[in-house]
Amino acid sequence: MTSTQDQDSSDVLKAQVHHVLQEVKDPELPSISIVELGMLESISIDGYDVTINLLPTFSGCPALDLIEKDVRKAISDIENIGKTTISFIFNPPWTTDRISPEGREKLKEYGVSPPPAHHIEGEPWKIDCPYCGSTYVTMENIFGPTACRSILYCKSCKNPFEAMKPVATLN
Amino acid sequence: MSIESNKQELTELIYQLADDDFIHAHRGSEWLGLAPHIEEDVAFSSINQDTMGHATMYYRILSELGEGKADDLSHLRKKEQFRNAIILEEKNGTGEYLDSPNYDWAFTVIRHLFYDVAKKIRLESLKQSSYEPLADAARKMLTEQYYHLLHWKIWFKQLMTSTEEARDRMETAIKRVWKDFGGVLTLGPHAEKMVSAGLIEDEAALRERFIDQIQELFNEVNYSIDNEPLMIRGDGRNGEHTEDLEHALKTLSEVYVSDPQATGW
Repeated sequence: MTSTQDQDSSDVLKAQVHHVLQEVKDPELPSISIVELGMLESISIDGYDVTINLLPTFSGCPALDLIEKDVRKAISDIENIGKTTISFIFNPPWTTDRISPEGREKLKEYGVSPPPAHHIEGEPWKIDCPYCGSTYVTMENIFGPTACRSILYCKSCKNPFEAMKPVATLN
Repeated sequence: MSIESNKQELTELIYQLADDDFIHAHRGSEWLGLAPHIEEDVAFSSINQDTMGHATMYYRILSELGEGKADDLSHLRKKEQFRNAIILEEKNGTGEYLDSPNYDWAFTVIRHLFYDVAKKIRLESLKQSSYEPLADAARKMLTEQYYHLLHWKIWFKQLMTSTEEARDRMETAIKRVWKDFGGVLTLGPHAEKMVSAGLIEDEAALRERFIDQIQELFNEVNYSIDNEPLMIRGDGRNGEHTEDLEHALKTLSEVYVSDPQATGW
Protein backbone atom coordinates (compact mmCIF):
# COMPACT_ATOMS: atom_id res chain seq x y z
CA MET A 1 0.00 0.00 0.00
CA THR A 2 1.18 3.52 -0.67
CA SER A 3 1.20 6.00 2.15
CA THR A 4 -1.77 7.83 0.61
CA GLN A 5 -3.77 4.64 0.85
CA ASP A 6 -2.64 4.23 4.48
CA GLN A 7 -3.78 7.73 5.18
CA ASP A 8 -7.12 7.06 3.48
CA SER A 9 -7.80 3.90 5.44
CA SER A 10 -6.97 5.52 8.76
CA ASP A 11 -9.23 8.45 7.89
CA VAL A 12 -12.05 6.00 7.19
CA LEU A 13 -11.44 4.15 10.46
CA LYS A 14 -11.26 7.41 12.37
CA ALA A 15 -14.59 8.51 10.90
CA GLN A 16 -16.13 5.16 11.88
CA VAL A 17 -14.86 5.49 15.44
CA HIS A 18 -16.17 9.03 15.66
CA HIS A 19 -19.51 7.85 14.35
CA VAL A 20 -19.96 5.10 16.95
CA LEU A 21 -18.81 7.37 19.78
CA GLN A 22 -21.73 9.65 18.99
CA GLU A 23 -23.96 6.82 20.13
CA VAL A 24 -22.26 6.46 23.53
CA LYS A 25 -24.44 8.29 26.03
CA ASP A 26 -23.61 9.75 29.41
CA PRO A 27 -25.10 7.13 31.79
CA GLU A 28 -26.44 9.92 34.01
CA LEU A 29 -27.79 12.09 31.17
CA PRO A 30 -29.06 9.43 28.75
CA SER A 31 -30.18 11.82 26.02
CA ILE A 32 -26.74 13.28 25.40
CA SER A 33 -23.67 11.63 23.94
CA ILE A 34 -20.15 11.93 25.27
CA VAL A 35 -19.20 13.69 22.01
CA GLU A 36 -21.93 16.31 22.46
CA LEU A 37 -20.81 16.77 26.07
CA GLY A 38 -17.34 17.65 24.80
CA MET A 39 -15.63 14.71 26.51
CA LEU A 40 -13.91 13.46 23.35
CA GLU A 41 -10.51 15.08 23.01
CA SER A 42 -8.85 12.96 20.31
CA ILE A 43 -8.92 9.77 18.28
CA SER A 44 -5.64 8.49 16.90
CA ILE A 45 -5.25 5.57 14.54
CA ASP A 46 -2.19 3.40 14.10
CA GLY A 47 -2.87 0.72 11.50
CA TYR A 48 -5.99 -0.91 12.93
CA ASP A 49 -5.29 0.13 16.52
CA VAL A 50 -7.15 3.05 18.00
CA THR A 51 -6.34 5.33 20.93
CA ILE A 52 -9.10 7.49 22.37
CA ASN A 53 -8.47 10.33 24.79
CA LEU A 54 -11.43 11.42 26.88
CA LEU A 55 -11.76 14.33 29.31
CA PRO A 56 -13.65 13.60 32.55
CA THR A 57 -16.28 16.22 33.40
CA PHE A 58 -15.91 16.08 37.18
CA SER A 59 -12.96 14.10 38.52
CA GLY A 60 -14.96 12.15 41.11
CA CYS A 61 -17.58 11.15 38.56
CA PRO A 62 -18.48 7.48 39.24
CA ALA A 63 -19.78 7.15 35.67
CA LEU A 64 -16.26 7.17 34.20
CA ASP A 65 -15.77 3.41 34.47
CA LEU A 66 -19.16 2.84 32.85
CA ILE A 67 -18.37 5.27 30.04
CA GLU A 68 -15.08 3.51 29.39
CA LYS A 69 -16.90 0.17 29.20
CA ASP A 70 -19.54 1.59 26.84
CA VAL A 71 -16.88 3.12 24.59
CA ARG A 72 -14.99 -0.16 24.43
CA LYS A 73 -18.16 -2.01 23.55
CA ALA A 74 -19.15 0.46 20.83
CA ILE A 75 -15.69 0.33 19.25
CA SER A 76 -15.56 -3.47 19.31
CA ASP A 77 -18.49 -3.56 16.89
CA ILE A 78 -16.38 -1.95 14.17
CA GLU A 79 -15.15 -4.51 11.66
CA ASN A 80 -11.43 -5.39 11.71
CA ILE A 81 -10.67 -3.10 14.62
CA GLY A 82 -7.35 -3.73 16.35
CA LYS A 83 -6.29 -2.87 19.89
CA THR A 84 -8.32 -0.15 21.64
CA THR A 85 -6.71 2.09 24.25
CA ILE A 86 -8.95 4.47 26.20
CA SER A 87 -7.43 7.11 28.46
CA PHE A 88 -8.94 9.79 30.64
CA ILE A 89 -6.66 12.80 30.48
CA PHE A 90 -6.75 16.14 32.28
CA ASN A 91 -5.04 18.39 29.78
CA PRO A 92 -6.88 20.32 28.48
CA PRO A 93 -9.35 20.31 31.38
CA TRP A 94 -13.00 19.82 30.44
CA THR A 95 -15.07 22.99 30.71
CA THR A 96 -18.75 23.55 30.07
CA ASP A 97 -17.83 25.57 26.96
CA ARG A 98 -17.01 22.25 25.30
CA ILE A 99 -20.69 21.19 25.23
CA SER A 100 -21.90 21.41 21.60
CA PRO A 101 -24.99 23.41 20.52
CA GLU A 102 -26.84 20.09 19.95
CA GLY A 103 -25.73 18.94 23.38
CA ARG A 104 -27.09 22.11 24.95
CA GLU A 105 -30.50 21.55 23.30
CA LYS A 106 -30.60 17.90 24.37
CA LEU A 107 -29.80 18.83 27.96
CA LYS A 108 -32.91 21.01 27.97
CA GLU A 109 -35.01 18.10 26.66
CA TYR A 110 -33.80 16.15 29.65
CA GLY A 111 -34.91 18.96 31.97
CA VAL A 112 -31.39 20.22 32.61
CA SER A 113 -30.49 23.82 31.81
CA PRO A 114 -27.24 24.15 29.89
CA PRO A 115 -24.50 26.25 31.49
CA PRO A 116 -23.94 29.80 30.26
CA ALA A 117 -21.47 30.10 27.40
CA HIS A 118 -18.07 31.64 28.21
CA HIS A 119 -18.53 31.67 31.97
CA ILE A 120 -15.83 33.33 34.05
CA GLU A 121 -15.11 31.61 37.37
CA GLY A 122 -16.48 33.48 40.35
CA GLU A 123 -18.94 35.61 38.37
CA PRO A 124 -22.69 35.18 38.86
CA TRP A 125 -24.44 33.28 36.12
CA LYS A 126 -27.88 33.45 34.60
CA ILE A 127 -29.93 30.27 34.25
CA ASP A 128 -33.21 30.03 32.35
CA CYS A 129 -35.87 27.43 33.09
CA PRO A 130 -35.45 24.55 30.58
CA TYR A 131 -39.24 24.11 30.41
CA CYS A 132 -40.68 27.61 30.00
CA GLY A 133 -37.56 29.71 29.41
CA SER A 134 -38.32 32.03 32.32
CA THR A 135 -35.45 33.75 34.11
CA TYR A 136 -37.54 33.95 37.30
CA VAL A 137 -35.76 31.07 39.03
CA THR A 138 -34.16 30.40 42.41
CA MET A 139 -31.11 28.29 43.28
CA GLU A 140 -32.16 25.59 45.75
CA ASN A 141 -28.85 23.76 46.01
CA ILE A 142 -25.67 24.45 44.07
CA PHE A 143 -24.89 20.75 44.46
CA GLY A 144 -27.35 18.39 42.76
CA PRO A 145 -27.90 14.67 42.26
CA THR A 146 -24.58 14.37 40.45
CA ALA A 147 -21.38 16.38 40.88
CA CYS A 148 -21.91 18.30 37.64
CA ARG A 149 -25.45 19.53 38.36
CA SER A 150 -27.29 22.02 40.59
CA ILE A 151 -30.95 22.04 41.71
CA LEU A 152 -33.17 25.06 40.93
CA TYR A 153 -36.83 26.03 41.02
CA CYS A 154 -38.79 27.97 38.41
CA LYS A 155 -41.14 30.49 39.98
CA SER A 156 -42.99 31.02 36.69
CA CYS A 157 -44.00 27.47 35.75
CA LYS A 158 -43.47 26.16 39.29
CA ASN A 159 -41.22 23.28 38.27
CA PRO A 160 -38.08 22.15 40.00
CA PHE A 161 -35.26 21.63 37.49
CA GLU A 162 -31.55 21.04 37.26
CA ALA A 163 -28.73 22.97 35.63
CA MET A 164 -25.19 22.06 34.66
CA LYS A 165 -22.75 23.86 36.94
CA PRO A 166 -20.61 26.21 34.89
CA VAL A 167 -17.00 25.05 34.89
CA ALA A 168 -14.38 27.46 33.62
CA THR A 169 -10.62 27.47 33.78
CA LEU A 170 -8.46 30.48 34.30
CA ASN A 171 -4.78 30.08 33.67
CA MET B 1 13.34 18.60 36.71
CA SER B 2 14.42 15.02 36.11
CA ILE B 3 12.13 12.37 37.52
CA GLU B 4 15.02 10.01 38.26
CA SER B 5 17.03 12.39 40.40
CA ASN B 6 14.00 13.91 42.15
CA LYS B 7 11.94 10.76 42.58
CA GLN B 8 11.82 10.76 46.36
CA GLU B 9 10.67 14.36 46.86
CA LEU B 10 8.22 13.99 43.97
CA THR B 11 6.53 10.89 45.39
CA GLU B 12 6.64 12.26 48.96
CA LEU B 13 4.80 15.40 47.82
CA ILE B 14 2.16 13.41 45.91
CA TYR B 15 1.62 11.07 48.88
CA GLN B 16 0.95 14.15 51.05
CA LEU B 17 -1.57 15.52 48.57
CA ALA B 18 -3.22 12.13 47.98
CA ASP B 19 -3.43 11.09 51.63
CA ASP B 20 -4.76 14.50 52.74
CA ASP B 21 -7.62 14.28 50.24
CA PHE B 22 -8.22 10.59 50.90
CA ILE B 23 -8.68 10.79 54.65
CA HIS B 24 -10.46 14.15 54.46
CA ALA B 25 -13.00 12.74 51.97
CA HIS B 26 -13.48 9.71 54.23
CA ARG B 27 -14.23 11.85 57.30
CA GLY B 28 -16.63 13.89 55.18
CA SER B 29 -18.36 10.76 53.90
CA GLU B 30 -19.05 9.68 57.48
CA TRP B 31 -21.63 12.50 57.61
CA LEU B 32 -23.78 10.74 55.03
CA GLY B 33 -27.32 10.70 56.39
CA LEU B 34 -26.25 12.67 59.46
CA ALA B 35 -25.73 16.17 58.02
CA PRO B 36 -27.88 18.95 59.50
CA HIS B 37 -30.44 18.86 56.68
CA ILE B 38 -31.24 17.03 53.44
CA GLU B 39 -29.83 19.67 51.07
CA GLU B 40 -26.57 19.65 53.02
CA ASP B 41 -26.48 15.88 52.76
CA VAL B 42 -26.69 16.16 48.95
CA ALA B 43 -24.09 18.93 48.74
CA PHE B 44 -21.63 17.39 51.19
CA SER B 45 -21.83 14.01 49.42
CA SER B 46 -20.96 15.68 46.13
CA ILE B 47 -18.00 17.43 47.71
CA ASN B 48 -16.74 14.19 49.26
CA GLN B 49 -17.11 12.39 45.97
CA ASP B 50 -15.06 15.08 44.19
CA THR B 51 -12.41 15.02 46.91
CA MET B 52 -12.13 11.22 46.78
CA GLY B 53 -11.82 11.64 42.99
CA HIS B 54 -8.89 14.00 43.56
CA ALA B 55 -7.20 11.43 45.81
CA THR B 56 -7.71 8.85 43.05
CA MET B 57 -6.02 11.15 40.52
CA TYR B 58 -2.97 11.45 42.77
CA TYR B 59 -2.80 7.70 43.48
CA ARG B 60 -2.92 7.09 39.73
CA ILE B 61 0.01 9.45 39.20
CA LEU B 62 1.91 7.56 41.90
CA SER B 63 1.03 4.34 40.19
CA GLU B 64 2.43 5.67 36.89
CA LEU B 65 5.60 6.53 38.80
CA GLY B 66 5.96 2.87 39.70
CA GLU B 67 4.64 2.99 43.28
CA GLY B 68 2.17 0.13 42.77
CA LYS B 69 -1.53 -0.25 42.07
CA ALA B 70 -3.66 2.80 43.01
CA ASP B 71 -6.13 0.66 45.01
CA ASP B 72 -3.27 -0.99 46.91
CA LEU B 73 -1.78 2.41 47.75
CA SER B 74 -5.02 3.60 49.31
CA HIS B 75 -6.01 0.34 50.98
CA LEU B 76 -2.95 -1.69 51.89
CA ARG B 77 -0.37 0.73 53.26
CA LYS B 78 0.35 0.81 56.99
CA LYS B 79 -0.42 3.80 59.18
CA GLU B 80 3.24 4.91 59.28
CA GLN B 81 3.35 5.04 55.49
CA PHE B 82 0.59 7.65 55.31
CA ARG B 83 1.63 11.29 54.84
CA ASN B 84 -1.61 13.12 55.66
CA ALA B 85 -1.78 15.83 58.34
CA ILE B 86 -2.96 14.59 61.75
CA ILE B 87 -5.83 17.10 62.02
CA LEU B 88 -7.46 15.54 58.94
CA GLU B 89 -7.56 12.04 60.41
CA GLU B 90 -9.30 13.08 63.62
CA LYS B 91 -12.76 11.57 64.13
CA ASN B 92 -15.77 13.82 63.54
CA GLY B 93 -16.77 13.43 67.18
CA THR B 94 -17.43 10.70 69.70
CA GLY B 95 -19.15 7.42 68.89
CA GLU B 96 -19.04 5.45 65.67
CA TYR B 97 -20.77 6.03 62.35
CA LEU B 98 -23.14 3.15 63.02
CA ASP B 99 -23.24 3.49 66.80
CA SER B 100 -24.21 6.75 68.54
CA PRO B 101 -22.43 9.15 66.18
CA ASN B 102 -22.18 12.29 68.28
CA TYR B 103 -20.48 14.35 65.60
CA ASP B 104 -19.46 17.98 65.86
CA TRP B 105 -20.74 20.12 62.96
CA ALA B 106 -18.82 23.27 63.99
CA PHE B 107 -15.56 21.27 64.01
CA THR B 108 -16.41 19.90 60.56
CA VAL B 109 -17.22 23.33 59.10
CA ILE B 110 -13.97 24.82 60.41
CA ARG B 111 -11.79 21.88 59.43
CA HIS B 112 -13.27 21.82 55.92
CA LEU B 113 -13.08 25.57 55.46
CA PHE B 114 -9.45 25.76 56.57
CA TYR B 115 -8.53 22.72 54.51
CA ASP B 116 -10.21 24.02 51.37
CA VAL B 117 -8.57 27.45 51.71
CA ALA B 118 -5.17 25.74 52.10
CA LYS B 119 -5.89 23.28 49.30
CA LYS B 120 -6.80 26.02 46.83
CA ILE B 121 -3.56 27.89 47.60
CA ARG B 122 -1.60 24.66 47.14
CA LEU B 123 -3.34 23.86 43.83
CA GLU B 124 -2.71 27.38 42.50
CA SER B 125 0.97 26.82 43.20
CA LEU B 126 0.96 23.32 41.67
CA LYS B 127 -0.34 24.76 38.38
CA GLN B 128 3.25 25.96 37.88
CA SER B 129 4.80 22.66 39.01
CA SER B 130 7.80 21.41 37.06
CA TYR B 131 6.12 17.98 37.00
CA GLU B 132 3.52 18.31 34.28
CA PRO B 133 1.05 15.55 35.32
CA LEU B 134 0.79 17.30 38.68
CA ALA B 135 0.16 20.70 37.04
CA ASP B 136 -2.55 19.17 34.80
CA ALA B 137 -4.24 17.48 37.76
CA ALA B 138 -4.18 20.74 39.75
CA ARG B 139 -5.83 22.70 36.95
CA LYS B 140 -8.60 20.10 36.77
CA MET B 141 -9.17 20.05 40.54
CA LEU B 142 -9.30 23.84 40.77
CA THR B 143 -12.45 23.94 38.62
CA GLU B 144 -14.20 21.95 41.35
CA GLN B 145 -12.41 23.43 44.33
CA TYR B 146 -14.10 26.76 43.66
CA TYR B 147 -17.52 25.29 44.55
CA HIS B 148 -16.23 23.50 47.66
CA LEU B 149 -14.70 26.63 49.11
CA LEU B 150 -17.82 28.67 48.38
CA HIS B 151 -19.87 26.09 50.28
CA TRP B 152 -17.83 26.21 53.49
CA LYS B 153 -17.53 29.99 53.43
CA ILE B 154 -21.33 30.25 53.49
CA TRP B 155 -21.60 27.92 56.51
CA PHE B 156 -18.79 29.76 58.26
CA LYS B 157 -20.33 33.21 57.85
CA GLN B 158 -23.82 32.06 58.78
CA LEU B 159 -22.82 30.18 61.93
CA MET B 160 -20.36 32.85 63.08
CA THR B 161 -23.12 35.49 62.89
CA SER B 162 -25.95 33.32 64.23
CA THR B 163 -26.88 32.62 67.88
CA GLU B 164 -24.55 32.97 70.84
CA GLU B 165 -24.35 29.19 71.15
CA ALA B 166 -23.39 28.81 67.48
CA ARG B 167 -20.67 31.46 67.86
CA ASP B 168 -19.30 29.74 70.99
CA ARG B 169 -19.16 26.37 69.30
CA MET B 170 -17.50 27.83 66.23
CA GLU B 171 -14.87 29.68 68.26
CA THR B 172 -14.11 26.51 70.22
CA ALA B 173 -13.73 24.66 66.93
CA ILE B 174 -11.42 27.33 65.49
CA LYS B 175 -9.10 27.10 68.51
CA ARG B 176 -9.12 23.33 68.37
CA VAL B 177 -8.33 23.05 64.64
CA TRP B 178 -5.76 25.88 64.79
CA LYS B 179 -3.60 23.89 67.25
CA ASP B 180 -2.92 21.21 64.66
CA PHE B 181 -3.52 22.92 61.34
CA GLY B 182 0.20 23.61 60.99
CA GLY B 183 0.36 19.94 59.97
CA VAL B 184 -1.53 20.72 56.75
CA LEU B 185 0.65 23.73 55.99
CA THR B 186 3.98 21.91 56.28
CA LEU B 187 5.67 20.12 53.39
CA GLY B 188 7.55 17.83 55.77
CA PRO B 189 11.16 16.65 55.90
CA HIS B 190 11.74 16.82 52.12
CA ALA B 191 10.42 20.36 51.74
CA GLU B 192 13.66 21.97 50.56
CA LYS B 193 14.25 19.48 47.77
CA MET B 194 10.62 19.73 46.62
CA VAL B 195 11.05 23.47 46.26
CA SER B 196 14.46 23.35 44.58
CA ALA B 197 13.09 20.83 42.05
CA GLY B 198 10.39 23.38 41.21
CA LEU B 199 7.58 21.02 42.26
CA ILE B 200 5.83 23.58 44.49
CA GLU B 201 6.52 26.98 46.06
CA ASP B 202 8.13 27.14 49.48
CA GLU B 203 6.21 26.47 52.66
CA ALA B 204 6.62 29.97 54.07
CA ALA B 205 5.03 31.64 51.05
CA LEU B 206 2.08 29.22 51.01
CA ARG B 207 1.64 29.60 54.74
CA GLU B 208 1.61 33.39 54.55
CA ARG B 209 -1.09 33.28 51.85
CA PHE B 210 -3.15 30.96 54.05
CA ILE B 211 -2.94 33.22 57.08
CA ASP B 212 -3.82 36.30 55.00
CA GLN B 213 -6.90 34.65 53.53
CA ILE B 214 -8.11 33.25 56.87
CA GLN B 215 -7.55 36.66 58.49
CA GLU B 216 -9.74 38.20 55.79
CA LEU B 217 -12.52 35.70 56.54
CA PHE B 218 -12.13 36.34 60.28
CA ASN B 219 -12.38 40.10 59.71
CA GLU B 220 -15.72 39.67 57.98
CA VAL B 221 -17.19 38.13 61.14
CA ASN B 222 -15.29 40.26 63.61
CA TYR B 223 -12.97 37.59 64.94
CA SER B 224 -9.23 37.46 65.38
CA ILE B 225 -6.60 35.06 66.61
CA ASP B 226 -3.16 36.04 67.89
CA ASN B 227 -0.90 33.09 67.37
CA GLU B 228 0.12 31.08 64.29
CA PRO B 229 -1.34 27.65 63.47
CA LEU B 230 0.56 24.95 65.43
CA MET B 231 1.35 21.28 65.00
CA ILE B 232 1.16 20.00 68.55
CA ARG B 233 0.40 16.33 67.91
CA GLY B 234 3.22 15.64 65.49
CA ASP B 235 4.05 15.70 61.79
CA GLY B 236 1.95 13.39 59.63
CA ARG B 237 4.32 14.16 56.72
CA ASN B 238 6.87 12.20 58.76
CA GLY B 239 4.59 9.20 59.28
CA GLU B 240 3.46 10.27 62.76
CA HIS B 241 -0.22 9.45 63.29
CA THR B 242 -2.90 8.77 65.90
CA GLU B 243 -5.18 5.83 66.65
CA ASP B 244 -7.90 7.62 64.70
CA LEU B 245 -6.05 6.96 61.44
CA GLU B 246 -5.52 3.30 62.29
CA HIS B 247 -9.23 2.98 62.97
CA ALA B 248 -10.24 4.79 59.76
CA LEU B 249 -7.92 2.67 57.60
CA LYS B 250 -9.35 -0.49 59.11
CA THR B 251 -12.86 0.61 58.15
CA LEU B 252 -11.83 1.80 54.68
CA SER B 253 -9.98 -1.36 53.73
CA GLU B 254 -12.27 -3.91 55.35
CA VAL B 255 -13.73 -5.24 52.09
CA TYR B 256 -10.56 -4.87 50.04
CA VAL B 257 -8.49 -6.82 52.54
CA SER B 258 -11.02 -9.58 53.21
CA ASP B 259 -11.81 -10.28 49.53
CA PRO B 260 -10.17 -8.23 46.76
CA GLN B 261 -12.40 -10.00 44.21
CA ALA B 262 -15.50 -8.61 45.87
CA THR B 263 -14.58 -5.04 44.99
CA GLY B 264 -16.30 -4.42 41.72
CA TRP B 265 -14.67 -1.04 41.07
